[in-house]
Parts: sequence; structure tokens; C-alpha cells
Amino acid sequence: MSIWEFANPVRFMRLTGKVLPWITALAIACLAIGLIWGFFFTPEAINFGSTVKIIYIHVPAATFAINAWALMFVASMIWLVRRHHVSALVARAAAPVGMVMTLIALITGAIWGEPMWGTYWEWDPRLTSFLVLFVFYLGYMALWEAIDEPDKAADLTSVLAMVGTVFAVISRYAVNFWNQGLHQGASLSLDKEEHVADVYYIPLLFALAGFFLLFLALVFLRTRTEIRARRIKALQLQEAN
Amino acid sequence: MSATLAVLTRELRLALRSGGGAGLGLAFFLIVVMLIPFGVGPVPSLLAQIAPGTLWIAALLACLLSLDRLFQADFEDGTLDILALSPMPLEGLVAIKAFAHWITTGLPLVVAAPILGVTLNLPESAYWWLVISLAVGTPALSFLGAIGAALTVGIRRGGLLLSLLVLPLYIPTLIFGAKCVTAASEGVEVMPAFLLLAGVTLLTLALTPFAAAAALRMHMR
Amino acid sequence: MTLTVSNLACFRTGRLIFSDQSFTIDAGEAVMLRGPNGSGKSTMLRALAGMLPFEGDVVLNGVPLGKDHDGVQEQIAYAGHLDAIKPQLTVGENLTFWARLFEGGSIDDAVEQFALAEIWDRPAHACSAGQKRRLGLARLVVSGRVLWLLDEPTVSLDVETTARFAGIIKAHCAGGGMALIATHIDLGLDTPREIMLDPNVVRKSIPSNDPFLSEAWE
Repeated sequence: MSIWEFANPVRFMRLTGKVLPWITALAIACLAIGLIWGFFFTPEAINFGSTVKIIYIHVPAATFAINAWALMFVASMIWLVRRHHVSALVARAAAPVGMVMTLIALITGAIWGEPMWGTYWEWDPRLTSFLVLFVFYLGYMALWEAIDEPDKAADLTSVLAMVGTVFAVISRYAVNFWNQGLHQGASLSLDKEEHVADVYYIPLLFALAGFFLLFLALVFLRTRTEIRARRIKALQLQEAN
Repeated sequence: MSATLAVLTRELRLALRSGGGAGLGLAFFLIVVMLIPFGVGPVPSLLAQIAPGTLWIAALLACLLSLDRLFQADFEDGTLDILALSPMPLEGLVAIKAFAHWITTGLPLVVAAPILGVTLNLPESAYWWLVISLAVGTPALSFLGAIGAALTVGIRRGGLLLSLLVLPLYIPTLIFGAKCVTAASEGVEVMPAFLLLAGVTLLTLALTPFAAAAALRMHMR
Repeated sequence: MTLTVSNLACFRTGRLIFSDQSFTIDAGEAVMLRGPNGSGKSTMLRALAGMLPFEGDVVLNGVPLGKDHDGVQEQIAYAGHLDAIKPQLTVGENLTFWARLFEGGSIDDAVEQFALAEIWDRPAHACSAGQKRRLGLARLVVSGRVLWLLDEPTVSLDVETTARFAGIIKAHCAGGGMALIATHIDLGLDTPREIMLDPNVVRKSIPSNDPFLSEAWE
């Protein structure tokens, strides 16, 4: 059996219908372990106090904010090359999830930034590129909404996803160049994985796994909704004949 | 070659006859630059500091202004269908139209920018780089705009959506372009920013005709 | 030169417009495409022009449309509901542009056949609907293409011009050209063949190709 079998909406619905409850349950379990362990059973860091514990939300959200776009890119490419309808709808379903993840990363970053840097917002390259990513999500979703014909919308948003990916990546590095030029020297790095001790790291792994499963569950759920909406549209068209 | 010239002259003629195609963008550029001192105050040192960014952002917005008509008129009156059947590839057509858009909107901005630079107290050392960076960067604005225009052709209220789609794509060009002028005004090395700006423009010129033509074909289906 | 169409079917957003259309048009032939509103005449013409996806085979002079898309398209001239005229340009500028772009037929022929000399310098926005249509159809002549696909070409033409246009089609066919014309009126061509698109017959033969209408749905 080839993986393309799942490109058939009926098969996709059948399979995801079966696995979705399990993924959801596992996501809740991992998130509960990761977050409760992380929040209540890790020692307070010397320099950071209790504020550091926001990484259990911030880091996974940021990770999947980017990966959601990567998923959109791959799914859009599959639609353009092989014209599998489910693939286009997966791309569409991933966008709002990715956008919310980006928003969570930005908000938790701001909350964390206040005690750390003394400001809610800093035009740090990392923060800025997440803001840019957020805007790319908005444009992508707006284009989906603006076009009535589902296949045409899938086509055009796929083109946007391709072009957007190229320019999102360029923007990421352009932003680095821009801030270096203004401030000289790097600002605070948010990348904690390399520095954190195991006591913090293991719950973080659970939180990451939990966010991954949550992300998967949300994308499946939203894709199922999109497939149903698409079927309703098709049935209405058939009826109107 | 004859077909290329035919399309180009027609585009320019249409822009000139459509009620000040080039003039409108230029007037908009002037107004935006004029509004800045009203907003931030008339302090010369402050204006000098923000002049490079202001001029670049104003140029970028002026470019955006006329983009929504780039393919819209041809789509509405059936010209696009005929062009699709013509011997000229749609990719080439997109490139010519974007180039014509640059001549009618980008080029006047390049010429006018130094004059407005005077009003913003732009440091003397930055004038050449202002002109050069705009001359190299604005073609990218027209070509990227062609993607947005092709994606939103035939969509109701597409103009607003066009801005939302295109402005994020302008970020690298804006960063490198404005940095050129800032670096020149501060007396810092300009070349890194300029080379990156030129790189982004070249990538854009190579990439966008294919993406925009693909989007147009999808719309005609 | 022959156009061979076999088992042509078109879907729009998963909805079947028509199916099982098979016919040939030989050199020198003008064929009428008939059918009530919504039967898919425009869709068929756009599909044959390579502007819409379709199922089945379209072969022009031995070359399938799917295999050499651009090559086949370069034999085709299409005139749809829209005249593709720029109101800011004069009649002459409009026509000269098309002639330079297509590098096919002669402008003088087109001007003479469609009687455009008298309005040559007039801005297109000042032309009447009928004059615009004449200008739009003159593009067929300057394009120098073999196969004409015409969608309601005689709309807003008066009786005299319609007769004149019928003559132009005859001349095109006499020179080895072909035409497929969707129209409701009798153009006055000598015993033309007709293709009938009947929505009631066509609809049932093929189910939709939309995977979202699959029967296996739970």
C-alpha cells in the first residue's frame, strides 16, 4: 500500500477518525507531564527565578510555529505536483494552527521578556522574524478566504506558499543583518536547549512531544473539518444541477 | 523582438493615457514624505536620521499604489485570454509588464528621491547611494508586486489583499535598500548591504515571472 | 489539416459540464456549435483553446494538445464574449498591436474586410459596441491562425456586417482554414455541419470526477 492512498478523502477520514482520539489522549498526557513537571517540580534557576518556566510553552510553540509553515510548504508542493485534494486541505488546515502557535510564541516571549530585558518588546532578530512569519500566515489565510473555487484557491495559495517560503527565509537572514547593523553584537539568545541542565531539559522534551501531538491532532481535526466542508460544497453543487 | 517592443510600447502608452499613471505615484510619494515631519516634528537632526528609511518606505508604498491594475484590466476585458494564445510566453509577458510598471512608477521615484532628500535634511554623503539603491531595488518592488497582482487578479476587493500579500515580500529589499543609504550617511561601508540588495533584486527578476505566470494561468482556468 | 476531438469531457469545480463529445473538423470546414444556454459551448471552446483542463483527446494535425500545448495553441485564434480592446488606444493602435504580437496575417486585409478605415483614428472608447466587435473580430484575420474558435461572434453586429462576417469566414475556409462557431443565429453559411450540445443527454453518462462526491463516504 502506498502512502498516496491517504490522499483519497474517504480513506483519510477513516484513518484519522480512528487515530485522532489516541493522538489527542497522548497529547494531553505528554502536555500534563511536561507542564506540571516543568512548572512545579523543577528548581528555580539562580539568574532567572521562576520566569524561566515559561520555556515549557514558549519553546515548543515556537518550534511548531515554524514547522507548521514547513508542513504547508510540503503539502502545497504535493498539491501542485500530484493534485491530491487532501494535501491542499492539510496545507489550509495547518495555517491557523501555525498562526496561533506563532502568536503564543510571541506573547509568551513578551511576557518573559519583561522581567528579563525590562521590556515587553525588543526588535531582536528572532522576535522580529516571528512577527514576519505571523504576517505571512495572515496573508496566506486571507488568500484562501478570498477565492470561491476550492481548486483555484488551492492552486494560488500553493504558489503563495512557495514564493512566501523563499522570502520568509530571506527575511529571516535579512533581519539578522538589519539588527546587527543597528545594535552591534547579538542580543539575548532565546535558544536555551544548549545551556539548560537535565532537570529542565527532560520536562521540556515531554512538553515538545506534547506540543507535537497536539499540533498533529489539531491539524487532523481541522483537515477533517475542511474535508467535510468541501464535501458539503460539492454536494450543494451537485444538488443545484 | 518586435513583439516585445509592441507589448512594451503599448504598456507605456496605456499608463500615460490612463490619467497620469506615473504622476499619481509620484504625487503620493511627495505627500507621504511631506507628512513625516508633521508626525515626528521638524528637528533637522532627527529628520536626517530617519530620512533613508522614510524615503524607502514612501517609495515602497508609492510602488504598491498602482499594482492592482497591473493585470486586472487585461483580465477584465479579455486581453489576457488572447495574450495566452499569442506566440509570446506568458512569463515573458509578465516580465515586460512588470518592467513597464517600473518605468512608469519606479523610475520617477528614483529621480525625485534626492529632491525630497533635501527636505528631510539627508546627509550629503548619502545622495548617490540613495539614487543607486533605489535604482537597483525598485525593480524588485515592481516584479514582486507582479506576483501579488497575479494572485489577486479577478478577486473582489483584491487591492487590500494585494497589500497584505506583497508587503511582507518587500521586507528584504527594504532592509537592504534602506541600510545602503543609512550606511552611506553614517560613513560606514556600504557594499555589503548593496550587494545583498542587488542579490535580492536578481533573484526576484529570475523567480517572479514564472510564479506570476503560473498564477495567471490558474486564474484563467 | 484536421482537428480531431474524441471523448471530450469538461468539469468545472467537479461538476460535469458535458461529456462524450467526438467530432472532426477538416480543412476548409466551418462547423456550428449549438445548444441551449449553459450547455457548455463556451467551456468547450475554451477547452479546445487549451485554456481549461479537459478529459479526452484533442488532436490538431496529428499533434495532441496535451503533448505540445504551445505548438497547438499557436494554430488557434479565439474570440470570446470580450473584445480585448483597450479603450485608451485608437482602433488603429489596437489592431497594429495585435498584428505585431501575432506576426501572422495582413493588417490591410483586416482593415478592408471589416471596413475599419473610416474609424482607424478613432479612440476605441468612442466606438459603438458593433464597431468594437468588428475591431475584435479583425484580430482573427491579423493573427493568421488556422483554427478559429468563435463564441457568439455576431453579438451586436448589424445584419449587413453579419453577412459580411459570414463572407470572411467563407474566405478563411476557402484558404484552408477551419472554424468552430458557437452561435444561436443562422450565419448564412452554405450547409454548415452542426454539433449539438444537449445538457439532458450529456449529464448522466459520467459521474463527477470530484473525489469529495465519492459513494464510499461514511
